[in-house]
Amino acid sequence: MHKIARKGKLVLKDGSVYEGELYGKRNAVGEVVFTTGMSGYQETLTDPSFCDQIVVMTYPLVGNYGINPMFNQGDRCFFQGYVISELCDHPSNWTNEKSLEEFLDEQDIPTLVGVDTRAITRRLRNYGVIQGVIVPSEMPQEEVDKLLATPDVHDQVEKVTTKKIYKMGDGKFNVAVMDYGIKRNILEYLVSFGCNLTVYPAFTSAEEVLASNPDGIFLSNGPGDPKDLTEVIENIKKFLGKKPIFGICLGHQLLALANGADTYKLKFGHRGINHPVKDLVEHKVCISSQNHGYAVEEESLKKINAEVTNVSLNDGTIEGIKYLDHPTFAVQYHPEACPGPGGHEYLFERFVKMMGGQK
Amino acid sequence: MPKLENIKKVLVIGSGPIIIGQAAEFDYAGTQACRALKEEGLEVVLVNSNPATIMTDVHIADRVYIEPVNVEFIENIIRKERPDSMLATLGGQVGLNLALELEDKGILREYNVKLLGTQIRSIKRAEDRELFKETMEKINQPIPESTIVETISAAKEFAKEVGFPLIVRPAYTLGGTGGGIAESEEELDEIVNKGLKYSLIGQALIERSVAGWKEIEYEVLRDADDNCITVCSMENLDPVGVHTGDSIVAAPAQTLTDREVQLLRQASIDIVRELEVCGGCNVQLALDPYSERYYVIEVNPRVSRSSALASKATGYPIAKVASKIAVGYTLDEIQNAVTKKTTACFEPSLDYVVLKFPRWPFDKFVTADKTLGTQMKATGEVMAIERNLEAAMLKAIRSLEIGLIHLDMPELRDVCDADLRDRISKIDDERLFVIAEAFRRGTTIEFVHEITKIDRWFLQKVMNIVKMEEVIKTHPLSETIMRKAKRMGFADITIGQLVGKEAMEIRAMRKEMGIMPTFKMVDTCAAEFEAETPYYYSTYGQEDEVLVTDKKKVCVLGSGPIRIGQGVEFDYCSVHSVWALKELGYETIIINNNPETVSTDFDTADRLYFEPLTLEDVLNILDKEQPEGVIVQFGGQTAINLAGPLAAAGIKILGSTVDSIDKAEDRERFDQLLTECDIPRPQGFTVFDTDGAVKAAETVGYPVMVRPSYVLGGRAMEIVYNVDELKYYMSHAVKASKEHPVLVDHYLQGTEVEVDAICDGTDVLIPGIMEHIERAGVHSGDSIAVYPPQTISEHVIKTIINYTNKLALGLEVKGMINIQYIVRGSEVYVIEVNPRSSRTVPFLSKVTTIPMINVATKAAMGVSIKEQGFKPGLGYFPDYYAVKAPVFSFNKMSNVDITLGPEMKSTGEVMCVDYQYSRALYKACIASGLNVPHEGSILITVADQDKPEAAEIAAGFEELGYQIMATGGTAAYLKEKGINVEVANKLSDNEHDILDDIKEGRISMVINTTNHGKDAERDGFKIRRATVEHAIACLTSMDTARELQRVMSAMRRRRVVSVVALQDLAWEE
Repeated sequence: MHKIARKGKLVLKDGSVYEGELYGKRNAVGEVVFTTGMSGYQETLTDPSFCDQIVVMTYPLVGNYGINPMFNQGDRCFFQGYVISELCDHPSNWTNEKSLEEFLDEQDIPTLVGVDTRAITRRLRNYGVIQGVIVPSEMPQEEVDKLLATPDVHDQVEKVTTKKIYKMGDGKFNVAVMDYGIKRNILEYLVSFGCNLTVYPAFTSAEEVLASNPDGIFLSNGPGDPKDLTEVIENIKKFLGKKPIFGICLGHQLLALANGADTYKLKFGHRGINHPVKDLVEHKVCISSQNHGYAVEEESLKKINAEVTNVSLNDGTIEGIKYLDHPTFAVQYHPEACPGPGGHEYLFERFVKMMGGQK
Repeated sequence: MPKLENIKKVLVIGSGPIIIGQAAEFDYAGTQACRALKEEGLEVVLVNSNPATIMTDVHIADRVYIEPVNVEFIENIIRKERPDSMLATLGGQVGLNLALELEDKGILREYNVKLLGTQIRSIKRAEDRELFKETMEKINQPIPESTIVETISAAKEFAKEVGFPLIVRPAYTLGGTGGGIAESEEELDEIVNKGLKYSLIGQALIERSVAGWKEIEYEVLRDADDNCITVCSMENLDPVGVHTGDSIVAAPAQTLTDREVQLLRQASIDIVRELEVCGGCNVQLALDPYSERYYVIEVNPRVSRSSALASKATGYPIAKVASKIAVGYTLDEIQNAVTKKTTACFEPSLDYVVLKFPRWPFDKFVTADKTLGTQMKATGEVMAIERNLEAAMLKAIRSLEIGLIHLDMPELRDVCDADLRDRISKIDDERLFVIAEAFRRGTTIEFVHEITKIDRWFLQKVMNIVKMEEVIKTHPLSETIMRKAKRMGFADITIGQLVGKEAMEIRAMRKEMGIMPTFKMVDTCAAEFEAETPYYYSTYGQEDEVLVTDKKKVCVLGSGPIRIGQGVEFDYCSVHSVWALKELGYETIIINNNPETVSTDFDTADRLYFEPLTLEDVLNILDKEQPEGVIVQFGGQTAINLAGPLAAAGIKILGSTVDSIDKAEDRERFDQLLTECDIPRPQGFTVFDTDGAVKAAETVGYPVMVRPSYVLGGRAMEIVYNVDELKYYMSHAVKASKEHPVLVDHYLQGTEVEVDAICDGTDVLIPGIMEHIERAGVHSGDSIAVYPPQTISEHVIKTIINYTNKLALGLEVKGMINIQYIVRGSEVYVIEVNPRSSRTVPFLSKVTTIPMINVATKAAMGVSIKEQGFKPGLGYFPDYYAVKAPVFSFNKMSNVDITLGPEMKSTGEVMCVDYQYSRALYKACIASGLNVPHEGSILITVADQDKPEAAEIAAGFEELGYQIMATGGTAAYLKEKGINVEVANKLSDNEHDILDDIKEGRISMVINTTNHGKDAERDGFKIRRATVEHAIACLTSMDTARELQRVMSAMRRRRVVSVVALQDLAWEE
């Protein structure tokens, strides 16, 4: 393939402009975020939690080992746009099936290449996440402004959740999985820990889920502001106390909201695979994969019966909560890795143990 | 205060002298360790025999012992200092081995010394072959299957189990002879057959070969609470088969999927946890390029060269954190020194690529076998940081100082296609250049990959560079192309060569186009958090994030990679210069590219630029920073060579000017100065061709010393005795021309004396004078130096002071000057003057207690010697003796002649101090690794002119109870002199000869000099190499032999072991 790239630019709402070569036909509009992982670009690209965002890779060399479907974390790439420093056009790895460039073309992801991504990252770090557009260089400012004025999206979960119920695994614990944009490796982890999964669309009613009488409920990761999901939160309230619940990332935030706590938007989020998290119960530090723009507000936990179990060593924000009134716990980070480091299997074990206790 | 209770006084073990495989990285690690421990309020006792290090400075540790790093001396230090604890894992393999020995001998227990950090059991489980195997099996970590066989059938049996390829390594052979890789049963048959024959014990180790697999390393840190992180992954461009120290290495790993990265990361962590390492650990793994199969190749439970590289590559100070862990802290209790906001318990994220390139000594050891394999041969390395691999590669090449500025070795253009193709399969120091040249001629990536197994991804980068050359050559130099070329790391000079313009023209052009480098910070976190590290690199990006202050500032140029002739001494000087400038209130900027050193620690200077030391790269930084000027006199020849071009570009050279340097280096101007000052020198001429050389030699008289002008470390320098040798030298050893003249000097035999002095333009301070044991003709860096001088008269000393004053003032030196003299009777001749810091400065600074670089830097900045409180003239002689002895790495280099001569060959040095001269010398010999025998036979085989001296020395040794053996001529002569000699057979094909004697352990030391002549030289060479391979002492200078004999005689009457801390050296004024 090797299409000739056009000249393009990333324009942020604060007026800053970053020039590069533009691949792809459409324009991109969305919240601009950066991720610091040095490997795992494909897992990141297919992680539904990035839905509708423009993602900046801080590591400059992307696409080195190509693309292989086995690394996909979702059915497709939900990015609005992609910003990288260097796109590898000759990938090399035994798993390589196609180049990243081909993948991006297939997925129709506007990609800006040859950009000073560190400069953008510094901007985002100082100003916080911000709306941005990827457009051809020649686009006049009025048009850019119009695009930048595109209203924020609130329906990301609708876009990424499964359209119909499906099953996975044949273990002894029946787990109802609420798919808000679940990563494939979470499903695989649950299966490998002996779970028999029924995966539900995000907006399935609590009644329908509970009617199947699962041993436990899993609340998945997913994109966007948890507060947009009022219906989902109401459903989760109905789960509380009925079944053991385990939540990851968005699931963690939704659980907090359902329990009466609050969430807030982080300045520039946690996105990377090198985040240290301290487990206050086990007294150990694990390096974790993270991808979240929102966090649970610590003050708000004080009025409910919950205990902070994990905190970020970088900024002290909450990374895990145990609810004391019912067998419910959740973590903000991604114990399933992909991309990123493992070593968090004990959380899945804990969930399974909880279900074992119920049976 | 340390977290661990009851620790107040720690003994830190240093790694000793610089040898191949153990270099400046341990000065960096050790310095960080000492500081980290002092920060905790601990009293630090240090032992390290290497004076050329920052860590052995009196303010780094509370008690500094520059003594032999062995059990005997360390036990004495322990007995004297009574430390309650010891830290050994920051002193390289030397440190680890000592910890094991001290434990085995019960010394730690006897003196109740607690080992800090990684414990003995862990070290043993990582180091002991069998224990390691057991441990890995326990946690299901695969190691290459191996077995020891004594028969061919056993080997075949093993092959059936494991399959091919297999590596065969005969046990106990010389230099790995008889080993090889077997791809089939036939080959196995042949290699094992041969191997069992070569092996002294009839055994061979057979191991699964993973040659050609990807070689990946992880640097891991673990604390006592079992928190465990990986600081950095590294991928060797050279697949398994080349020692990682000799491999080009990229960080982070480039061609691995996330799943592969995590697989190997988790394996590394599991291993380190199982071993219960408490501190730093290096794990090396081999990954199948075609599956997720891997093997653990090696685990080093200590900080290493790789950890120094990882520290510099990421900004994460591994040695410092490892030291804090050793005294009881957990990772989450230690602050991230870079961000100051987060903790040390995280894994750095890079937003750039790092490439390490080894620096090999083959320019010095031209006859050495350049093949790279499992034996490391590099003396040093450079590191480059960029935003893409091509640019990092080109920066690294520029940093190497091997006369190249691009991935292009002009000599290869003359190699025919067939030869070039052959050379691709030869793994040596030039392989990457060979590959680039092959690509230029149309060879494909696939072809090269098939032969080399280098990952296509890396080969593609080389191809990209080659293709870019073509684009530049065939297109007009537009802004787009210029930008692309600069982003890819092409130097102005390279672009200029491709389009037929001067580098400065290209520089002007791109400035006009607005194409200027931007500077970025190394911050451990890919800009995620605000960082305060003043650690920068250049790239052609959009944003320059480095803000320039309005403080007055000075830039110090570093000395680049460690090589023979320019070692860690110059890094010591750069660091001290920075410190002195800070004292004067300057903001300091250092530019250097050596990842092993203290100078490139981000808290040494106020600003560190990790960049090549070329005119373009340096000017880019100076353009930005606009310092008052640049100091070049402390960065060895690297920095000196930049002085002229920088001055021409309008940069102020602080201290001695370019004119001073030129006056010392330009033959005519220097001769004129000597005439004016009435200082004699051996007669000599500058010549431009063979005829000129012959004429010059006739005029000055043979023997003559010949060498190219402008060199450091005596490169290509020789003593020639007749016209034939001279002609051979002129046609083979040098390429003389108008631009590159050759110096022909009369070779004067005499005592060599060396002086380092400081001049402020008015006064001259001579901290000390050193006398060499070996007469002139042996390179000063390879000589044993003694301070204060032993044999020269008061009158000669006065003359030396007088000449030194005249030369320093005559050259208008501001700062350091190094002068070498030859003393013959009462006559003093000057042979070399360098208006810069020298290799002996750290040694002299330590033994005279005058902080020479500090004083010299201040003098260069205009503060007079008197204002600094020092008295001009020669410093007082102390009541102790200090000896500096060279250390060689000959056992790492096959085919290199160990004879000392005008070419420098040592890789490092040791120093020892004592109140008795002979004891100081004895200790220095021990510390240098010279295997001095206390009994047994000494073989003497010397040239005719050395026989009278040999007789005296032999008599001396005989009196001490040694047996004397000698070859024909020497034996006859010695017999005549009444010495009881056993005649040894010269080398022959059938008879039992000297080599057999050496092999059988019948000879415990050799004294050898050779006559000129092919056979004698060849035989002598074989004998000398045999001594290297059997680790027996071989003295090739009669002076060393004589002095050693005297010392051995003196030591019979005295207690051998005594230790002195630098802090206790008494000074009487």
